[in-house]
Amino acid sequence: MKTFPIGGVHPSDNKLSKATPIEVLPLPDVVNIPLAQHIGAPAVAKVAKGDKVLTGQLIAEAASFMSANICSPVSGQVTAVGMVPNAQGLKQMMITIKREGDEWMEDIDRSNDLVKECNLSDKEIIEKIKNAGIVGMGGATFPTHVKLSIPAGKKAEALIINGVECEPYLTSDHRMMLEHGEEMIVGVTIIMKAIGVKNAYIGIENNKPDAIAHLQKIAVNYEGVHVVPLMVKYPQGGEKQLIAAITGRQVPPPPALPIDVGAVVCNASTTYAVYRAVQKNMPLIERVVTITGKKVKEPKNLLARMGTPIETLIEAAGGLPEDAGKVINGGPMMGRAMVNLASPVTKGCSGITIMSGEDAVRKEASQCIKCAKCVAACPMGLEPYYLSKMAQKKKYDELEALMITSCIECGCCQSSCPAYLPLLDWVRLGKQKTMGIIRARMAAAKK
Amino acid sequence: MANKLIVAPAPHVQTLQSTQVIMRDVIIALIPALVVSVVVFGWSALGITALSVGACVLFEYLIQRFMVGGKPTVNNLSAVVTGMLLAFNLPASIPWWIVIIGAFVAIAIAKMTFGGLGKNPFNPALVGRVFLLIAYPVQMTSFPAPVTGGIDGLSGATPLAAVKEAAKMGGDQADAIISSLGVKDLFIGNMPGSLGEVAALALLLGFAYLLWRRVITWHIPVIVLGTMAVFAIIVALFNGNPTLMWQLPLFHVLAGGAMLGAIFMATDYSTSPMCTKGCVIFAIGIGIITMLIRMWGAYPEGMSFAILIMNSTVPLINKYIKPKRFGVK
Repeated sequence: MKTFPIGGVHPSDNKLSKATPIEVLPLPDVVNIPLAQHIGAPAVAKVAKGDKVLTGQLIAEAASFMSANICSPVSGQVTAVGMVPNAQGLKQMMITIKREGDEWMEDIDRSNDLVKECNLSDKEIIEKIKNAGIVGMGGATFPTHVKLSIPAGKKAEALIINGVECEPYLTSDHRMMLEHGEEMIVGVTIIMKAIGVKNAYIGIENNKPDAIAHLQKIAVNYEGVHVVPLMVKYPQGGEKQLIAAITGRQVPPPPALPIDVGAVVCNASTTYAVYRAVQKNMPLIERVVTITGKKVKEPKNLLARMGTPIETLIEAAGGLPEDAGKVINGGPMMGRAMVNLASPVTKGCSGITIMSGEDAVRKEASQCIKCAKCVAACPMGLEPYYLSKMAQKKKYDELEALMITSCIECGCCQSSCPAYLPLLDWVRLGKQKTMGIIRARMAAAKK
Repeated sequence: MANKLIVAPAPHVQTLQSTQVIMRDVIIALIPALVVSVVVFGWSALGITALSVGACVLFEYLIQRFMVGGKPTVNNLSAVVTGMLLAFNLPASIPWWIVIIGAFVAIAIAKMTFGGLGKNPFNPALVGRVFLLIAYPVQMTSFPAPVTGGIDGLSGATPLAAVKEAAKMGGDQADAIISSLGVKDLFIGNMPGSLGEVAALALLLGFAYLLWRRVITWHIPVIVLGTMAVFAIIVALFNGNPTLMWQLPLFHVLAGGAMLGAIFMATDYSTSPMCTKGCVIFAIGIGIITMLIRMWGAYPEGMSFAILIMNSTVPLINKYIKPKRFGVK
């Protein structure tokens, strides 16, 4: 069975909610919509305080090519466009809407009828995806229309669909593949058309045999769509790891991109959003969020409108456990610890993992014993112990030579360290500084 | 908000395999060899091991408490491992005070001087052993015969020493000894030698446990022993003695400290390279140097020296041998 070639770890997967069907969360009374919830320039608000909006109506427009539209997840009245604390407690520009009923834009098809035929051109497909405000839903939130606009001189050879969901605990993609498999595969064929490729490969780890079987059964009816079972290993859902696992090709170090090896990678839930945008005119206004954790009463997969406060979702899963110590936006390997539970569900929010008791607290660090487990675990073939040391010494030239900019911040090194050293904390800091220096040098060279 | 939330950067999961758990696993892996040494050499084997462990732990505690400062380090159990390995490198008849001197050299000089676990460039137990070998050559090379009987004609000499002696008389006699040795005796430890080195079977059991617990990888032990075997085959062929082609490699891999060194000493974390490619070079080096000393050196056994010599190359290996980077051809 296939997997990526270097490093990787096997954290216990704790997929507590994998057998729990997606449940629709009741509509929230008030939503907060951040203007910056994707990579690139923040969207520009198209509504002002007092405006009435419909569900699905454009409320903020992409500020540039590298940006994304935002549509209203509810109908009601805009009560504010201003600074609201985000998940990290930092104030951020958001549109606040008080919900009144649920009145939709007329051109949106809300039925569940499957529409397989798509006669649009590649340009038209990408335009529809852009209008719907779709971004990568696995967490990276890269605008999908940008990803599908292949730069001049490059050629896409294969579409790769990321159904790996290698983060422990999270199950939203898994449930989507089981419950919306056929729509997803129609979405895959639409994207294949948009980027002009003959083959698509859906990578799924073999800890999800039901999803593999289900999609394989559907895929036989769609030419060029292949389901590829993969060995379980974190971080297989990393873009470069997944491409290597499926095609055997390794994306060269930055600034090279997946398209340099002919690959375009899309998350599984994103392809469902593409299907709905292109075939149903449905903008990206809701998503499945896994609410999970060892002490959570009822771990769930909730279909929630964007902008719903995270605490509403946690309540729906039985409330915050008594000894909850850490609430993570995302999974435990790469997710961000939250400060403010009133912050909203955004396009990249695939799950909320709640860590309790001792699990929430970092263990006390001791001295490096040179066990080399971090080196063995690094999927990029780096030397985390040494990068961490050089970052502490601020040796940025050395860090660049040691290829610190290749680090994908997957956390394999730190999670496998027997001395519990904060390796990635230092590597991340060193990487940011080094990239700043490289950017400054490139800017100076241009002048 | 009822709960005060903890904020820290990802990742939010940490391995259960702490330094202490790793050291505990190494101790468990050494227990079969300890049991065999008690069977072969009697209760004195256990006494020497206990004394060595006690002395190592005490020296580390005192140095950390009164000289280095900081948090106690003895609870990471690495001093216990060093103590056991040092004892395993001593003959069962060693006087008790020599054990304590060895423990002092290992912990105080080879380990704590450099900053403790992870910072020592040389394997502490081996530094202790080699110091004792040079300072007390008589006591360190008088081996009691096994209480289990031992191999005929080897009273008081390790197989390697017997072969070395015979080789001085002429190659044929050495070959004759090697031919006469039973592989079974070497395997179960029915021969004179240091406490922990006699039973290949027990050491292999420990190796399997370490692999299963993911404490070490197979590379260093397999490559060290493999290099030695290949070297021995070449020697046998060059000497025009094809009958020894199978016996000679088997003899060198099973006799003396080859197994103990390859499995438990060469794999010591802080004194071995950080990437697999580096470990391969390191292990080949140990195999070759060991065989050079065994074949043509002054000492019958070369494992300790070989490991220490290759230990000294580790910083260089780490500097120039880098792991395979993703996406770089």
